[in-house]
Amino acid sequence: MRKNYFMPEYDNLKKIASQVRRDIIRMVNGASSGHPGGSLGCADFLVVLYFEILKHNPQNFNIDGVDEDIFILSNGHISPAFYSVLARSGYFDISELGSLRKINSRLQGHPSIHEHLPGIRIASGSLGQGLSVAIGAALSKKLNNDKNLVYCLMGDGELDEGQVWEAAMYAAANKVDNLIATVDYNRKQIDGPTDEVLFLGDLKAKWEAFDWMVLEMDGHNIPEIIDTLNFAKENTGFKKPIVIIMKTEMGYGVDFMMGTHKWHGVAPDDEQTKIALEQLEETIGDY
Amino acid sequence: MKTDFDIIMKRYTYTDLKDTRSGFGEALLELGEKNSNIVALCADLTGSLKMNYFAERFPERFFQVGIAEANMMGIAAGLTIGGKIPFTGTFANFSTARVYDQIRQSIAYSNKNVKICASHSGLTLGEDGATHQSLEDIGLMKMLPNMTVINTCDFNQTKAATFAIVDYTGPVYLRFGRPKVPNFTHPDQKFEIGKGVILTQGEDVTIFATGHLVWKALEAGKILAEKGIRAEIINIHTIKPLDDITILKSVAKTKCVVTAEEHQMNGGLGDSIAQLLVRKFPVPVEMIAVNDEFGESGKPEELLVKFGLDTPNIVEAVKKVLSRK
Repeated sequence: MRKNYFMPEYDNLKKIASQVRRDIIRMVNGASSGHPGGSLGCADFLVVLYFEILKHNPQNFNIDGVDEDIFILSNGHISPAFYSVLARSGYFDISELGSLRKINSRLQGHPSIHEHLPGIRIASGSLGQGLSVAIGAALSKKLNNDKNLVYCLMGDGELDEGQVWEAAMYAAANKVDNLIATVDYNRKQIDGPTDEVLFLGDLKAKWEAFDWMVLEMDGHNIPEIIDTLNFAKENTGFKKPIVIIMKTEMGYGVDFMMGTHKWHGVAPDDEQTKIALEQLEETIGDY
Repeated sequence: MKTDFDIIMKRYTYTDLKDTRSGFGEALLELGEKNSNIVALCADLTGSLKMNYFAERFPERFFQVGIAEANMMGIAAGLTIGGKIPFTGTFANFSTARVYDQIRQSIAYSNKNVKICASHSGLTLGEDGATHQSLEDIGLMKMLPNMTVINTCDFNQTKAATFAIVDYTGPVYLRFGRPKVPNFTHPDQKFEIGKGVILTQGEDVTIFATGHLVWKALEAGKILAEKGIRAEIINIHTIKPLDDITILKSVAKTKCVVTAEEHQMNGGLGDSIAQLLVRKFPVPVEMIAVNDEFGESGKPEELLVKFGLDTPNIVEAVKKVLSRK
């Protein structure tokens, strides 16, 4: 049975998500560049994953991730959301968030391990590679007899890349069943709606045809995200990889950024930032 | 007339012909026994890469990915998370050009401990023709920061190199070939990454060779010795990092250089050595390499002749560079 979205037990997660959205807007504004749209859309998912689902060790980051769950971000351009969630989880100090995309920063435009930022295990940004990496990490866990899981997030525009489908075919054929992938299905990419740029067709049917277990969820309904991820966890180990098609709204939480692909990769100016922040409550404190 | 070179050549005279890829396959199997973190991935060329021994012995550590090289590179990068040491295997062309961005982002930029092992490099792949003859891979790989680039000359050296790259942590491109070639280096050699091997001492010219052309350079050295020209022949098995010290020391003595490789002149060993010499010690250089052309079908030896990579070409290049001294 679905839990009530308005129950107070989710207040904490909602508060963190609101703060993450404020971080995203302020970081991207501070850098005068970046990708706010997809970042805002994935904020709820990443908050639930890092604060409710993952077994992880933020204080003592280890790149091998042995005896903990691993998350691989494939759509690296939503780095503002990723960095904010990592900092808010305790991987590094939130004061560093303001350095996004600036010279000498560990917070590169797209995630990198080159600067040794805790929480990141692989560079991403050039699209289509993360699912393969996640499969490798999952195989490594199996060889190490490590029962923890590997999670991966991809964009829907990213599914245009052929490598994703190479990986999809591999994971099913080889029963990589300690892997939970999620597709951010906001149906928008840089040049416009995914339906127009390159029609994705029946996404659920496509993944099912590739022999994955397919789940669907509303990426802005926190209890539903929790339930779906927990359900996915319960269904690992059954010889099938799992993908969650997560319906989201690009720019979610800021009215003028929603319903359009225009804020995929554009930073708000100071005035727009002010308007956006008025819509996002400061909860646990700005960096 | 017996020359010093005859004595030198005796040390290197081969007893048999063997393919470099078999050296890789044998070493991989032995490594599998020694180190449980060694894993191998192959894109539907297990027999060609001689990975079948490893695959049969360690099925749980062997990943057949099918004809999907991009995915293979990504999975290899992921396997390092958790401490595995992945060896990927396919032809040189599919190991580099086809998957350049995957290697660049997920392996080189991410500094992952992946060993990219590439067979069938160069013209001597032979009959399959230009689509499969990789002549650009050294250049592509050496341009990537963090990447080590090795091109071995024979069976024994390939085997030694395969062991050596496990003791080094970081991405490596190991390039070898298809045909059986003279196996002349010592079976118990110590392979030092980044260290050139001086095969013959000489004062007149230095020949820097890599891969299959090392043996051709030795053959050329013998012909030159008969003409009274003493060539210092150095096997540069590691193109990156380049052994600046050995190179400069030899060139300070001989003051002219011939480079020899089965690769495009653009981006190859000669290009790396020329870069070093123009900055540190400019001397005349001649390069034996494929000059801005695609290969074609034919027998390996025929192709080396047609594209000017054979022993007589090295001899001629030496004469030419001596005249420029």
